[in-house]
Amino acid sequence: MSIRERLSGNEASAIAMKQINPDVVAAFPITPSTEIPQYFSTFVSNGTVDTEFVAVESEHSAMSACIGAEAAGARAMTATSSNGLSLMWEMIYIASSTRLPIVMSLVNRAVSGPLNIHNDHSDAMGVRDAGWIMLFSENNQEAYDNLIMAHRIAEHKDVLLPLMVCQDGFITSHSIENIELLEDEKVKEFVGKYTPEHYLLNRDEPIAVGPMDLQAYLFEHKFAQAQAMRNAKKVILDVAADFEKMTGRKYSFFEEYKLDDAELVLVCMNSTAGTSKVVVDELRERGIKAGLLKIRVYRPFPAEEIAKALSNAKAIAVLDKADSLNAVGGALFSDVTSAMFVNNINIPTVNYIYGIGGRDTTTKDIHSVYSDLQEIVNTNKVNNPYRYLGVRGNN
Amino acid sequence: MNDLIEIRWHGRGGQGAKTASLLLADAAFNTGKYIQGFPEYGPERMGAPITAYNRISNSPIRIHSNIYEPDYVAVVDDTLLESVDVTSGLKEDGAIIINTTRDSEYLKSVLKGYKGNIYTIDARKISMQTLGKYFPNTPMLAAVVKVSNIIPEEEFLADMEGSFKHKFAKKPELITGNVEALKLALNEVIKL
Repeated sequence: MSIRERLSGNEASAIAMKQINPDVVAAFPITPSTEIPQYFSTFVSNGTVDTEFVAVESEHSAMSACIGAEAAGARAMTATSSNGLSLMWEMIYIASSTRLPIVMSLVNRAVSGPLNIHNDHSDAMGVRDAGWIMLFSENNQEAYDNLIMAHRIAEHKDVLLPLMVCQDGFITSHSIENIELLEDEKVKEFVGKYTPEHYLLNRDEPIAVGPMDLQAYLFEHKFAQAQAMRNAKKVILDVAADFEKMTGRKYSFFEEYKLDDAELVLVCMNSTAGTSKVVVDELRERGIKAGLLKIRVYRPFPAEEIAKALSNAKAIAVLDKADSLNAVGGALFSDVTSAMFVNNINIPTVNYIYGIGGRDTTTKDIHSVYSDLQEIVNTNKVNNPYRYLGVRGNN
Repeated sequence: MNDLIEIRWHGRGGQGAKTASLLLADAAFNTGKYIQGFPEYGPERMGAPITAYNRISNSPIRIHSNIYEPDYVAVVDDTLLESVDVTSGLKEDGAIIINTTRDSEYLKSVLKGYKGNIYTIDARKISMQTLGKYFPNTPMLAAVVKVSNIIPEEEFLADMEGSFKHKFAKKPELITGNVEALKLALNEVIKL
């Protein structure tokens, strides 16, 4: 029996970490993820967990401490947001290329400047090529569930990659909502013990971690990393299948909401997917064939599966909560359209940059996107595929 | 009740509008509802205008945006009435609940012809009487429950008493005062 609770996204993430009971948590507080290490440190003080909590002086050190701990053979976790992740950047790459399955809770926030503490995805998008597995979460429940599944994916011998679980800062991190929690013992059993094959504190097998890796080997190591990211796809699905057996909650690479027969399709990630489902329902009542594809797994990018799921649409809108400032469109748009192109799917597709810096995204905004898609279908014409949703001063 | 009830709180930083929204979410959750309780975070300081929100429903809530067309508005501080458009988008078959002692003529003039029901409550008097200090959020919470009819009164009182016992385990004198404040507020909210 699951436990009916009401928690904010941050509380839910901290409780997942408590149930996982990792060996090490190293973190430096930054809005809006501050509450996660804050709540977790109370679990440490109360003796609820036996984690070594390292209160570091910066995010660069937080990631460094996680790297050290994982290399030593421990299970390590952290949480951050925005510029905290920026400060980790150097170590983010070292974590993934050293193949250390660190798990991070990333509470998405705009990267400065000018200074903004609110939600968008510019922090996550900045590390999309860093070799981390990236899962996105619509609400507190998914942030919790994704964390429970995280170690099984990251630590799998065919994967060995770090993983971040994203959720929208403030919008879900600070909103109290209903949630179904699992019992501690069930989580413990599901996550299992961490038994790394190679680690620094194994005196029977002296190894070095992260030495020089020049012309002779880095290329092959990068290839192995790329292979691990491809392997992650199967592991993600296997873990989701086990999770569904335990909870009844189904996860995959993405969620298809009324997508089967949909003509007008929106693609997005995180909390806006919930708002979009409400709009899809309203449109369906009016006989409009609207649908939604909500990305859960952004890295590895399930290109073939996405292209297939979108293949029956008549017009597609991809929503990006971060701009790549490349004069073409956001990162998710590039990923989705490239997935369609290489899989021979040719459907009119437009991009909307939206919700930057915490700008509220309403059902009205989402309705306007579907109206634009209808217009594209009616006129069979796409004027400017690179758009800003609801921005002022764009006359 | 309707499937989805949306409530917007207006207060000033430090008055407990955010706490009131979280307490309401808690109380509704405890009666089996699906809930959302969230503040609109800005550069808030003590005394600056703040907004908080509640959604309460019998089915899961998926929407994640602020509330623009609330069923109910709760105003914790009547000095906001002239500077904040508190009835913006408020449904005409809904209601506004204001912590005030101002007369109906003044209230009608600042509410810009709002056609729905207007309720008032003197949360200051109730709070001073029961707690000896000015904590307007407890009486306001009861007033919102009374007007919106989201939770049966008896169930609400019993549930809140349990919460206060837990919250104020080390300050038992606050338990009876807060319960008393709720009871008074349930009776003293007035329709204009």
